[in-house]
Amino acid sequence: MTTVLTPEITAFWDEPDSFTIAAYKRHGGYRALSVALAMQPDQVVQTMKDSALRGRGGAGFPTGLKWGFIPKGGDKPRYLVVNADESEPGACKDMPTLLNNPQALIEGIVIAAYAIDAHQAFIYARGEVLHVIRRLHFALAEAREAGYLGADILGSGFDLEVVVHAGAGAYICGEETALLDSLEGYRGQPRLKPPFPAVAGLYACPTVVNNVESIATVPYILGYGAPDFAAYGTEKSKGFGIFSLSGHVTTPGQYEAPLGTTLRELLDLAGGIRAGHRLKFWTPGGSSTPLFTDEHLDVPLDYESVAAAGSMLGTRSIQLFDETTCVVRVVLRWIKFYEHESCGKCTPCREGSWWVVQLLEKLENGEGSEADLDKLLDICSNITGRAFCALGDSIEAPVKSSIRYFKDEYLEHQRRGGCPFDPAASTLFAMESA
Amino acid sequence: MALSQEVRARLEPDAAQIISRYPVPRSALLPLLHLMQAEEGYLTEDGIEFCAGQLGLAIAEVTAVASFYTMYKHHPVGDYHVGVCTNSLCGVMGGDAILAGLQEHLGVGDDGTTTDGKLSLEHLECNAACDYAPVVMVNWEFFDNMTPQSARDLVDGLRSGAAGIAPTRGAPRLCTWKQASRILAGFPDDQAAEGNTSGPPSLAGLRIAKEHGWAPEPIAPADPGSPGSGASPRGTASPRAKTGNGRAQ
Repeated sequence: MTTVLTPEITAFWDEPDSFTIAAYKRHGGYRALSVALAMQPDQVVQTMKDSALRGRGGAGFPTGLKWGFIPKGGDKPRYLVVNADESEPGACKDMPTLLNNPQALIEGIVIAAYAIDAHQAFIYARGEVLHVIRRLHFALAEAREAGYLGADILGSGFDLEVVVHAGAGAYICGEETALLDSLEGYRGQPRLKPPFPAVAGLYACPTVVNNVESIATVPYILGYGAPDFAAYGTEKSKGFGIFSLSGHVTTPGQYEAPLGTTLRELLDLAGGIRAGHRLKFWTPGGSSTPLFTDEHLDVPLDYESVAAAGSMLGTRSIQLFDETTCVVRVVLRWIKFYEHESCGKCTPCREGSWWVVQLLEKLENGEGSEADLDKLLDICSNITGRAFCALGDSIEAPVKSSIRYFKDEYLEHQRRGGCPFDPAASTLFAMESA
Repeated sequence: MALSQEVRARLEPDAAQIISRYPVPRSALLPLLHLMQAEEGYLTEDGIEFCAGQLGLAIAEVTAVASFYTMYKHHPVGDYHVGVCTNSLCGVMGGDAILAGLQEHLGVGDDGTTTDGKLSLEHLECNAACDYAPVVMVNWEFFDNMTPQSARDLVDGLRSGAAGIAPTRGAPRLCTWKQASRILAGFPDDQAAEGNTSGPPSLAGLRIAKEHGWAPEPIAPADPGSPGSGASPRGTASPRAKTGNGRAQ
């Protein structure tokens, strides 16, 4: 069997001290930093461009290009901000990365900051995972002690300070401009773009905002070289990344693999759907990406192939649901989440999410009709593209795709006068509740 | 009633330290609000006023921020704040049943606090642990793979002093809500290096890779820095590196 999994960021999480700088260095950590500091910053940016790494936070924008957008010269400080606000339903890769291998992130931060000439970086971590906050403080202290942070890093003359900033519970702060507003001490609401953060980001200064996994991948790319990284993956979606399997799967968890791996391959390794059941629907990249079904098991999970099949790779957050699950219930809950997390800045999202929830509740309770499905689709199409940020667009993804694949299930609710599914059958402890 | 002189004298150096982390003072607002929750358990008018005073902001400006974020509480919560994830995946896998069971068991509604002040309960949105569903958080520590029964046992244990209760992944000694809030303000306790953090799902891919002989490689090679020179033992020609490529070509 050809190699499917490529543990890199996850490579030594099974060692009890994996979070320490000693473990990280034992596994080759901080070798890449010396390489980077011996290069010109522009060369580092070029290496990242050559690697073709695309942002691992969901949008998939090329990381090297983002760094390259930082204007040359000028007297404003530049900032690097790490987006560690992982909160997309289904996404669960960055929190374990920060718990188990925070030094990969810190080495990546130093390299990235050097490349864009930033002397101050921030890690904006969601506040709801306390041990991550502890581990980040610990890891920064260790890195500073070892001379990888602070003044004159490794005698290079390059200085860098890093601050851990705990969020306070707002999904929208995963959107990079909302994150910046939040980091500035305001309500986390997205900004109009342009200007993009590279020109006017934190404190209106040039800023790069990158996801945890993107930055944690930087040491590998600098260490082995861009061609090595680019040899993984597909022609346009290079490299490897963490695929997170959750839900009705025999072995849920983190699977680091080249982009382009299929769900069928991942499920083969993960022991398939839980015993006695079959796959009904799944998200390739979190709740904001249109649903797939068992027809899509062989879609290569890369940006282009997933898009061609009608969804988005997103954060590779694969949530799997078996045939016991009511798709209307699942979609309703996601949209309630968006309703709650809508920041209120723009009307289509703020008002539209409430309308969509009302209609979905009606349908789930068996009081809807086929006309309501049309109305749902109409409302969704009036949110998408008209909202201030991608949160609004996310509302349409599960609604439209679920109607596309499971229209009759929506209507069955009407025929039955209620939900035809037994929620107890979907739980993992069906025995206990029986 | 305003904060006492003693409390202000104790908090002002903390506030100054928080503010000093940032190039622009206002960035300190979120951690300052966490600090006030560490002191008072929730955001009182006095707490809001204190933050406003430290940053030279209007009370309305601070309130506008405080009301935006769900981790800031506007009424007292318990020493142990229990959150049950009921986003779609955790809800389907059992979170809905867990929350309903706890509401009945504790006699509180969503966002309610027990009369003894020990426990509060709320539903949570996705807490980034879907591979451990259904997930319950206590003061923002992970209790993974819960059932209605294990959740009831957990809250009973918390009500009787929390002795011996440790998260599945996280610090071995469970913090109180106020202690946890102080960590969020940027004053960590001494438990960073303790506690198990990688349960079976975190290691699933790594374990399976090792079983197949797809051994992990170092973060960087022993002689890094010669891009394209084949420094990687896998190189660009190794079978492993070709996995994804093979399909695309």
